[in-house]
Amino acid sequence: MPIELPIPTVAQFVFIVIALFTAGAGLLVVISPNLFHNALALVGTLFGVAGLYILLQAEFLAVSQVLVYVGAIATLITFAIMLTRGMMHGRTSPMNRQFGRSALFAILFFLGLLGFVRSIPWPEAALPVTADEGMIARLGELFVGPYVVAFEVLGLLLLVALVGAVMLARDN
Amino acid sequence: METIPIWSDTFTSWLTSFGLPEGIALVVAYVVGGLILLNFGMLSVLLLIWITRKVISRIQDRIGPNRVGPYGLFQTVADAAKLLSKEDITPVEADKIAYNLSPMFSVFGVLMLMAVLPLAPGLIGVDLNVGVLYVVALGSIAVMAALMAGWGSNNKYALLAGFRVVAQLLSYEIPMVLSILTVVLLTNTMSFGRIVQFQSLHVFGFNLGLGWIGFLMPGALLIFFVSSLAESEQTPFDLLEAESELIAGFHIEYSGMKFAMFFLAQFLNSWILSAIAASLFLGGWQGPFVDQVPILGLGYFLLKTYGFYVFQQWIKGTFPRIRIDQMMYFAWKVLVPLTVGLIVIQAIVLKLPVGLLIQYLLVFLSNIVLIGIVVNVLNGYFQREQMRTRRSFEPQSLIGTMQPAGSREVGEAL
Repeated sequence: MPIELPIPTVAQFVFIVIALFTAGAGLLVVISPNLFHNALALVGTLFGVAGLYILLQAEFLAVSQVLVYVGAIATLITFAIMLTRGMMHGRTSPMNRQFGRSALFAILFFLGLLGFVRSIPWPEAALPVTADEGMIARLGELFVGPYVVAFEVLGLLLLVALVGAVMLARDN
Repeated sequence: METIPIWSDTFTSWLTSFGLPEGIALVVAYVVGGLILLNFGMLSVLLLIWITRKVISRIQDRIGPNRVGPYGLFQTVADAAKLLSKEDITPVEADKIAYNLSPMFSVFGVLMLMAVLPLAPGLIGVDLNVGVLYVVALGSIAVMAALMAGWGSNNKYALLAGFRVVAQLLSYEIPMVLSILTVVLLTNTMSFGRIVQFQSLHVFGFNLGLGWIGFLMPGALLIFFVSSLAESEQTPFDLLEAESELIAGFHIEYSGMKFAMFFLAQFLNSWILSAIAASLFLGGWQGPFVDQVPILGLGYFLLKTYGFYVFQQWIKGTFPRIRIDQMMYFAWKVLVPLTVGLIVIQAIVLKLPVGLLIQYLLVFLSNIVLIGIVVNVLNGYFQREQMRTRRSFEPQSLIGTMQPAGSREVGEAL
């Protein structure tokens, strides 16, 4: 009996390309021996995730992803790596004694997630997504409406982090 | 607000009239549009470099390039040919991946901005509904490119300059984003197409096209312009390549075409930021008779953009470079608090239960106050700085000065 491979539609093809890119970059983050290359691969992964968001027509989320993760967090990580002593030529081994155990747990976690995703009855036909201005306005209303407490607490958290950083950095 | 037919729809329907399936027609339309935009961007750099050289040489009482082609227009072509023929050097100890990726990233991050520029009515690559945020997000690619170049070159001056670039770009991104936010607050949209459409001015049903946000919010325009100078690493914020401290900045180890790519990215970035300033604050393609003759819009847009660009070059030929502490001081202690204050005032004013005209008047007044405060702070700062410089040149002890103790007051008076 011949196996019939389903021919992917354009959207599926784009998804496969982006997903492979994201997963490949994610793998590089873990196995590349140079810490700086790890950080660069992380940037690639984050861009890939932003691409997935665009595919889902969540442009606002995609742009925010690039802005926050690539613009701020990846830069911060790169800075931390650069300012760490002895990283210029250092080749860090991606393997250590706990390699086997962590691989085992990663696989278990993946299998658990897979089972979880497959067990949920996802709605077959999602609501038609209208990526217009109204969606961003709705998002904003939700932030200052029902989820205002969470939003404010997050703001407070960032403020605490900021003050803490100033306290750590300043001279006595 | 009426919707203007966008070029990609028109082009696609034209292609489908030849019997192309719609999906393929859309792809073809976007590929053609993208190629035109990218090539326009790359080729306009030749003109931009020529403008810079001409403007600066006029300021310095020189003639500037005048040998190759009419008015020296093809000087940049000759320079590009020279750069192509130069040896491409890679330092032995360089991190090859980061070193080679960085020039590409810096050009790519800038060229991608072309996609959301509203060139004329309906002529905009893609009218993203998060267009403004897209511009801000792509700025982070330039930061990554500078970091990669600084690190990958394996040169301590390049690395130092890379840190400076990151510090400067991140610091000035904040006032820039906040000043854009004031525009978004006013227009209630983040799409460039609609922000430009907002800036029409109808008098007796005739669109004068002079309802520019820059008239209403000169303070926000000023802050955006100053931050865009810093973002595009123009004078007075070009301390990233201060020859006396850092030689050529983060691209010191690059030669030939790779160096040219950084150069290209920098010039194109200042042009695109001028275009964004023109779209956000000077009405983009808005102007008289633009509703009747849409192609006039392209002319207005280019006129405003090149106007901004020439203004930047004028500043480049006039101002000295500032120090890194002055740069940080200005961003964090002057621009950021004032812009935050402006946003708070504006958010309150735009919700006041009064007429639209009174709201606009209040916004305008708060902007004028903002400009006043900026000028005042700078004035005070420069006076203190002048005093400090004068003191440091004053004789501190009497040894070697051959002056009696009483004559110190003479030094003060000078």
